Amino acid sequence: MADASYPSELLYHPEHDWARVEGEEATLGITWYAQEQLGEVVFFEPPAPGTSVSKDAPYAEVESVKAVSDVIAPLSGEIVAVNEALADDPSAINEDPYGEGWLVRVRLSDPSERDALMDAASYSSSVGG
Amino acid sequence: MPTTLRRTPLHERHVAAGARMAPFAGWEMPLQYEGVLGEHMAVRETCGIFDVSHMGQIETGGEQALALLQRLLSNDVAAIDFSLGTGGAIGTGGAQYSVLCREDGGLLDDLFSYRIDGERYLTVTNAANHARDLEWFEAHAQDFSAVTLTDRIADYAMLAVQGPLARSIVQAVSDAPLPARMSASRRRLAGAEALVCGTGYTGEEGVELLCDPADAPALWDELLRRGATPAGLVARDTLRMEACFHLYGNDLSTERGPIEAGLGWCCKEQTGFIGAEAVRAVREAGAAERFVAFALEDRGIARPGNRIAGGGEVTSGTLSPSLGIGIGLAYVPAGSARPGSRLEIDVRGKMRRAVVREKPLYERSSAGG
Repeated sequence: MADASYPSELLYHPEHDWARVEGEEATLGITWYAQEQLGEVVFFEPPAPGTSVSKDAPYAEVESVKAVSDVIAPLSGEIVAVNEALADDPSAINEDPYGEGWLVRVRLSDPSERDALMDAASYSSSVGG
Repeated sequence: MPTTLRRTPLHERHVAAGARMAPFAGWEMPLQYEGVLGEHMAVRETCGIFDVSHMGQIETGGEQALALLQRLLSNDVAAIDFSLGTGGAIGTGGAQYSVLCREDGGLLDDLFSYRIDGERYLTVTNAANHARDLEWFEAHAQDFSAVTLTDRIADYAMLAVQGPLARSIVQAVSDAPLPARMSASRRRLAGAEALVCGTGYTGEEGVELLCDPADAPALWDELLRRGATPAGLVARDTLRMEACFHLYGNDLSTERGPIEAGLGWCCKEQTGFIGAEAVRAVREAGAAERFVAFALEDRGIARPGNRIAGGGEVTSGTLSPSLGIGIGLAYVPAGSARPGSRLEIDVRGKMRRAVVREKPLYERSSAGG
């Protein structure tokens, strides 16, 4: 998508990741700012379902032709679903980072971790938006 | 290290076009404009234009210009011809690729030289190596009384216009037919004097243009107006990897010589260039490792520094926009260098299967079908 966008219903991690928390689970992805900085994503290998992710630690990589970037988990938990469609065509990460470009869904191990994340207004101002 | 980055005469054009700018070898250069994939495919399918004004130029002139260059450059500089134009027309000189070696054969740079007059040659350096090359030229020029060396980096802007439509787009603004591939001649382009060189770094037809920095913005604008797409350094890198051209700093360094790098074809040891004895020794004994092109058979993208099982390392790697697979360039043990040889590359802890391929990985004739 062409213009910066930080939906208000999401929570944000300073390493440019978002979380959509729904009860005991959350969907995770990278922010508009992250995909803009990276440029066109040409490769994403989804992690295996069942893998544990830890808040503030990398759980996957996204790659442009030029560079590899770690994807940082905004929350801890166990991966229960991955966006398999991105393995064949990762362009949704650029075109629809909060929708079709979602990366993984996790069952949260400590839902209170969400209190440490930023809201859209704070995140947006942190990236100069 | 320079404290401020140098800017090319096209800096304002890049910023106005929304380019992502980044430091490169002391210069502030455009990495990409609209997007790498589109820029890459513009060069493959129509025409791209690159600002490569960061590249340096050293002019070597005088009665002993040839003698000095024959000592410095690995190729046979005497083979670069120059033909005077007939009836007062402008002359045309040859272009030649070579490497610059130390005595031990280690590579200092890889360069194109153009003969721009009977006793004048223009050698284009890599931006990161320009100061070191110039010092090397000057140190060895002490042995030659009738040579004049001139640092021309500030005198030229340089534009690379590349792609199947590149020559016709440049031809349309030229006062005379463009020089053929691997030759160079002065032309007026949209009214501005330029050295037009039938060379490039993309594997496509095209030209490289050297002009007065003051004339560069208007020439850039005119070539864009006629259909050239601005392309940045990232697309330049993916294009040259598909064409299997070396990038100094990735694929070439003082740690390896030209034979290992697959550049023995541009080394003519009988000319007695600096490093010729070391090169001859490796050529006769056979290099322990070889520079190869590979394609991944598994998903993923190999990157510079990735190790290869059984020895060797990746020195360039990307996802090929033209082929849609991970490709790269690597040094491997000589026994694994034959096309078809299987490689296993450690891509950040995951072993990825790859196969050695014939060079180039992409060429225009393979694009049909």
